[in-house]
Amino acid sequence: MNSFLNQQVPLSWFLLLSATLFVLGIVGFLIKRNLITVFMSIELMLNAVNLSFVTFACQWHAVKGQIFVFFVMMVAAAEAAVGLAIIIAIFRVRATLAVDRIDLMKL
Amino acid sequence: MHLILFVIFAVFCLAGAVNLLLQTHPINSALSLIVVMISLAVLYLLLGAEFLAAAQVIVYSGAIMVLFTFVVMLLNAGREERTLGSRAARLIGFPAVVAIFAVLATVILHIEGLGSVGPGSPITTTEDLSRVLFHELLLPFEVTSVLILIAILGAVALAQKGNGDHDTHKERTEAK
Repeated sequence: MNSFLNQQVPLSWFLLLSATLFVLGIVGFLIKRNLITVFMSIELMLNAVNLSFVTFACQWHAVKGQIFVFFVMMVAAAEAAVGLAIIIAIFRVRATLAVDRIDLMKL
Repeated sequence: MHLILFVIFAVFCLAGAVNLLLQTHPINSALSLIVVMISLAVLYLLLGAEFLAAAQVIVYSGAIMVLFTFVVMLLNAGREERTLGSRAARLIGFPAVVAIFAVLATVILHIEGLGSVGPGSPITTTEDLSRVLFHELLLPFEVTSVLILIAILGAVALAQKGNGDHDTHKERTEAK
């Protein structure tokens, strides 16, 4: 029982989880048709990358890797504020959130 | 203990991410994203990043997701309609996704010398983190506060009433 509690988790598992979350974020970006949900998929990808940053910080015992995650969080907060304001501005003009109807810049 | 916690919260994480994709209502997607973020906070704790775990809960699942749910409710976003999406996404996007995952997985599985975490692993305390942050990286830290300020101003300017508004646009063209 004691050895069971002391079992180690390989860091590659964390990296694999991070890669899977990132790929799920890309799939969400491609298949979701709502502007807000597309934006949430981007947040999911940011989180996935943060997880691999923390994993490598743990591997090399480097504090700066964790500080980078801290900066990513700050930038993500700024990005969320501006992005959601843009979504509100788009909704005012087009009265829709479906990305298929907001395709003015599409070739 | 670490192994059990990792398995439980990795499963929560993946289930939340898959649920985000499967739900059609944005509010359900937002709530499953909160599940993902809180599970990630637990994983950060397992990796010995105690400050980041707290920041993850406060900043991400607190502030950012409240903003998201607020916007979903403000715009009264309904169910999304399922369409096939663009042809580029189908033809290039999905094979590219599979390729990216395959490359990442093979690279990760072939890394040598990757360690592991367990009960005896060292923990980065908030003190260690702040020592580096406020001694070596003070300037970037201060610059990000300017970034946040600019972002707030930009958000206010963008979301202001009358900016790109349908009615004001009409009024302007009529005035001409």
